[in-house]
This record gives sequence, structure tokens and C-alpha cells, in this order.
Amino acid sequence: MSRNINENLIVASSPHVTDKITTSKIMLDVIIALIPAFIMSGIIFGPRAIIMTIVCVVACIFFEYASRKLLKRDSTISDLSAVVTGVLLSFNLPSNLPYWMAVVGCFVAIVVVKQLFGGIGQNFVNPAITARIVLIVSFATPMTTWPIPERIFSAADAITGPTPLGIMNMGGDPSTLPSNMELFLGFVGGSLGETSAVALLLGGIYLVVRKVISPAIPLAFIGTVFVFALLVGQDPIFHIFAGGVMLGAIFMATDYCTSPLSFKGKIVFGIGCGLITMMIRVFGSYPEGVSFSILLMNILTPHIDTLCNPMYKMEKGGAAK
Amino acid sequence: MKFHKHLSAIHVEHHKNTAELPTEKMPVPDKLYISMVQHIGAPCQPIVSVGDYVKVGQMIGNSDAFVSAPIHTGASGTVTAIENIMTSMGVYPVVTIETDKKQELFEGVVAPTITDKDSFLKAVRNSGLVGLGGAAFPTHVKYNPKNLDEVDTLVLNGAECEPYITSDYRTMLEDSDLLINGVKAIMQNLGIKRAVIGIENNKPEAIRKLKELTKDASQIEILELRSLYPQGAEKVLIYEATGRMVPPGKLPADVGTIVSNVASVVALEKYLETGMPLVSKKLTVDGNVVKTPKNLEVLIGTKIFEVMEYCGGYTATPAKILMGGPMMGRAIYDDEFSIIKNNNAILAFDREWSTQAKETACINCGRCMQACPLNLVPTALAKAYKKKNLEELKKLQVMICMECGSCTYVCPAKKPLSFTNKLAKLFVQEGGKK
Repeated sequence: MSRNINENLIVASSPHVTDKITTSKIMLDVIIALIPAFIMSGIIFGPRAIIMTIVCVVACIFFEYASRKLLKRDSTISDLSAVVTGVLLSFNLPSNLPYWMAVVGCFVAIVVVKQLFGGIGQNFVNPAITARIVLIVSFATPMTTWPIPERIFSAADAITGPTPLGIMNMGGDPSTLPSNMELFLGFVGGSLGETSAVALLLGGIYLVVRKVISPAIPLAFIGTVFVFALLVGQDPIFHIFAGGVMLGAIFMATDYCTSPLSFKGKIVFGIGCGLITMMIRVFGSYPEGVSFSILLMNILTPHIDTLCNPMYKMEKGGAAK
Repeated sequence: MKFHKHLSAIHVEHHKNTAELPTEKMPVPDKLYISMVQHIGAPCQPIVSVGDYVKVGQMIGNSDAFVSAPIHTGASGTVTAIENIMTSMGVYPVVTIETDKKQELFEGVVAPTITDKDSFLKAVRNSGLVGLGGAAFPTHVKYNPKNLDEVDTLVLNGAECEPYITSDYRTMLEDSDLLINGVKAIMQNLGIKRAVIGIENNKPEAIRKLKELTKDASQIEILELRSLYPQGAEKVLIYEATGRMVPPGKLPADVGTIVSNVASVVALEKYLETGMPLVSKKLTVDGNVVKTPKNLEVLIGTKIFEVMEYCGGYTATPAKILMGGPMMGRAIYDDEFSIIKNNNAILAFDREWSTQAKETACINCGRCMQACPLNLVPTALAKAYKKKNLEELKKLQVMICMECGSCTYVCPAKKPLSFTNKLAKLFVQEGGKK
């Protein structure tokens, strides 16, 4: 019998089929979810906001490509994670920041935080958050000189001033605070992508519907901020729409590799983020605490994962479900 | 009645292309190659010799061991060789029979007399029955747990959650009377009060037909399962049918259940009614390089390539041939292996289908953990296995993994997580030898 099909047969362990989902498709969904906030940043802060985002994306892709090349590893730019980091970092910057400072941030995010620890999935803190923190302690003044948008549809150049949280922190005149509706839409001072709560929420809903993220972390985070504000007698609506809560809770705290796996872990993580954010806002000297809260909870993530692993619980005699 | 949560499950495309194709009987091939190992447990010894004339239904292999099942021939003819050759289970004795196509019936093929539990279990053993769902565990052992008096539910597996395979579906439609009578016989002889037949709701015809047949038998319930993978996994099915979770290291009987595949019950009832043991198998032949996909009834011992030729042959060079479904089936490296008792499908695919996507880095998305019906954390297992950390693997309960493949299926980084679990289980079984 001269049938030679057998040398062509592939032997592999089951399963022999896999889902069509890939890392790039997940990252693409995140990018799509960031588009409403990107558009709003252009409307609120003008063309410089758009250019800032493009600069950060290009710089992140470059650093990702160059560092992988230098480390003699396969290129990973096609997984689009560098694009996501670039967009998120730019969203955390004032639109009038010098571009070279933003590029320094991109270097920190991609090279120091991500690639030096092994690349995608290996970083233990969120690259964009860490880069923002490095920038804020390195370039304190430009990083906190916020352009204040004119009221809706004004063509005039933005002037700078404190963010709503800054006004609050310095004990400023509450009458100068923007209305909650302005906060919701995003026509207030702040980092270029963080101000429009409505745009970020839209993106968040998209991610939940597409099952890219679980709503557990954002809900626990935002819910904790809300309750904390109520307890200390401040306006909870103001606190959840002001500053970086929406951006942080929906896009940064949900970063897969720096947040817990289990549902319970995610709730603990979200509550932790909310608590630290509000402690810094209410008792600290910084006006805003979202970045620090996420960074600190990132570091706790391995411990939360261990404590919330359903299998460890089972060993102690509990049921699996 | 919904009294419990569902276990995690995933959507896998069904590809039930052959669902509407009635089972065809494949003609007796010129030669049968019947392996003496077609089950979990002790191998059988041939009880015939070269030159012997054998008849349909005659026992040709047996073992004294308790965990074993006898083997019969489905064709009459002459034994021409008994030699150790490579089978899909390893190198074992194989009895070659040159068939004479006369299909003379063996005199011993007469319906057994059942008087009590012991004679019933003896009949089950004599039928040569093993778990036809895939596990191939001898059925007479499974039906005789130490705590039989505590077993209150017979769970019948008609889920058929694997893509492509439709042989159980055809069985449920074509042999529905045998199935229901078989269920009643098992319940009566083992003293089990309740039976649940679990069928995925993508088989409405089978559900309708069996509901019709059981409308006067209140002790038999037809349970519509969600069409999700892996509803047909033993632990998952028990949970869906009874709300009971089999603890790690325990058997279905420990939670008061016995589980059998619908095809096994039909084969048993055939034996009880006619005395014809398990000598043929219904299976689905499909895949993108099979010319005419079919549902076939094939004699055990038929070579796979002959089955393929009967289906019109390959339309292109196959790159993967699976015994079983794409989620848990085995990729074989030789289509000259022969059909054994627990084959429920032979699938052949081209190179494009068979090529697995490139593996990338884990992004810790947690999809594998959400997919696992048993709540394992595959990423943590993979890390522990990489470090060869025996204690950690045990702590993470790697041994309860049933290798259903859901974690690998959902992984966006295309990690072979299920395979890693398999390796980790072997590592733990060997006591952590590096």
C-alpha cells in the first residue's frame, strides 16, 4: 500500500480548534472605546490635544519597536498594546505640555515599565500611570498647568488655571467651580482625555458589552468614591466626574496584567482604588489621587490574586462555587 | 426547576453538518483488525487461535481481571494472524480476521436471562460494553459502585457538546425505543429511582421524540441543556442534572449518581434483547477533506482509511485526522489504525484548518479562568508547572482538570493551557520527578 498521507499528519494535543479572539483584537476594541474621548479632547482643548495623542502613539510604537529590536526579541507592535499605552498616556497629560516631555513619558512607559520587565503581560504596574507619575514629579509645573477651555464652542485660545479638584483642594471659592453638567461633558480644566465623563462612559459601556472588561473594577472604584464623598459631606457627583476617576476606573484600573483575575479580587481592587483616591483628595496635599491609587493597588495585585484564588479556598474545605 | 447556578461554559461553533444524515451501515470489510485493548483496565488475551473460524458475536478476547471488558467479532471468517502491532492505544495484540461475508451468527448469541442484580451485571460484562462517550471505562464496573444503595439518579449523557459529532444525536433519534427501554432496565436492575437524560437544546428533534416516549414514565426526566461546551463532561452534566458537585478525587457514585452515555445504553439494551454484544459502532465521519461526510455504523476493527474510502476518500491530503471531536479528540498519526469501541467520530482536516495560531505572551486577561467549568486558574497552573512547583500544583487542584480544552479555546494569546495542565497532571502523578 503506497499511501503516503501519514507523513503529513500533524499530531498535537487537544483542543484542535480555538476561538478567533487575539490580543490585537482586544487592544483594537480598547482603541475603539477610546475614540469618543479622543474626539471630545479635540473639541474641548483644540488641535494641540489631537497632536499630543498622535505624538504619544508614534513615540510609544517607536520605543516598543526599538527596544524589542535591541533586546533581540520578536517585534510586538502588531499587538497594538503600544498604541493603547500611547493614547492612555496622552489622555493623562495637559494638552499644552511640551512634546519632548510627553516623549520622555512614553520612554518611561514602554521601555522602563514594560519592556525591561519582559514586555506585554509582564509589567507589574500600569505603564501609562507610572509614566504620568514620573512626569508629574519630574516636571511638576508644566504637568499641573492646565488649559481651561472656554465655554462651549468658543474659538478663543485656552487660558490656564487650576482644575476643579485644584480649586477644591486649595479651599478656593466654590462658586468658581464648574457645574456638574459641565463636568459630565468635560468642558473643564484637566488632562486632555480625562475631563469628558460622558465620552469615557460611552467607551466603558462598549468595552463591557464586548466583554473586553468586567464592570467589577469600574463599578467598585466609582462606587467607593461616591460613598466616600457622601460620608465626608462632599458632593459625590462632583467627585466621580471630576479629575481622572472615569478614565482611571474604566481604562487604567482594568488593565489586565496589573489587576486581579477573580471577580472578588476585582471588587477588592476597585474598592482599594476608590479609597486611596479619596484619602488623597480629601486629606492629602495633592488635589488628585487616581494615579497613585491605581499604582499602589497594582503593586498589591499579586497578593489579592492569591487571597482570592478559588482553589486555595477549596483546599480549606470550602466549595468550588 | 432552576435551583442552582450553571457552571462556566463557552460558545464553540457547532458544525453539526451531518445531523440530518441517517446512519448508514458500512459493508463488512475484507479484513478486521481487532485490538485486545479497547478499554481502560487490563488488556484482553486472545481466546481464539490462528486458523479458527469465528462467527458474528463470538467472543475472541477476554481477561480474568475485574476492570476489563471482553471483545467480540462482528464478522464471520477465519483468524489469520494474532500479533502485537501498533494501535491507537499503543502496541498490543491484534486479532486479524479474514471475513467471508457470510455473516454467520454465533450460536451463543441469545438474549441473557436476567434474574437479579448479579446476573444483570454479568450480562453487562458479557456484552463487552465500555463507556462509549469516550472514556472507555468498563461499564459493568461503573454500574457496580460500593455504595450502589446510595445511588438515586441515573444520568444519561446525550449532550454531545463536541463540534461536528452527531452520532449520539442519530442514536437518540434512530434507537429511541432501545434507549428508553435500556434506561428502564438499568433503573430496575440497579434499583435506581430516577433518571435524567441530558440533551443540548440544539437537538430539539431528539428532545421532542424522547419526551414523547417518556410522557408516561415520570421517573425519567428529559433535561434540556444549554448548547454550550462542555455540557457533556461528566462532572458538569451531574451538576446540571442534580445540582451536586463531585468533589476532587471522588466518583459520581459518591454524589449518588451513575452516568452513562446514551449510545452505551442503546448497546446494552441491544444485548439484553438479542444477545448481540458490542461489535459495531455508530460514528460520524466529517471534516473539510472528507468527500462525503456520513453517519456510519462500522464494525469494530475496520481500518480508518477504509472508512474514509467508503466516504469517497480524501479531497485533499489530510493534515490532521481526529479520533473524536476537535475539543477532546486525539490527533492520530496513522489512518491504518482500526476503529475501537469508544470511537464516536473520525474527522479529517486540511493543513490550513490544522495549523495552530502562533503563541504570544499571556496578557493575564483571565478568560481561561472564567471559561473553566471547575474554576481552575490555568494561568497560575502554567506558572507553577513552569517552576515545577509540586506543592503549588497540588494546592491549585491541578488533578481535577478534565482536559476539556476550554481554557486553550478562549485564550487570545493562543497558549496551549490545557496541554500544560495535562503535563502538570503527569508531573504530579509521578510525584514531582523532574
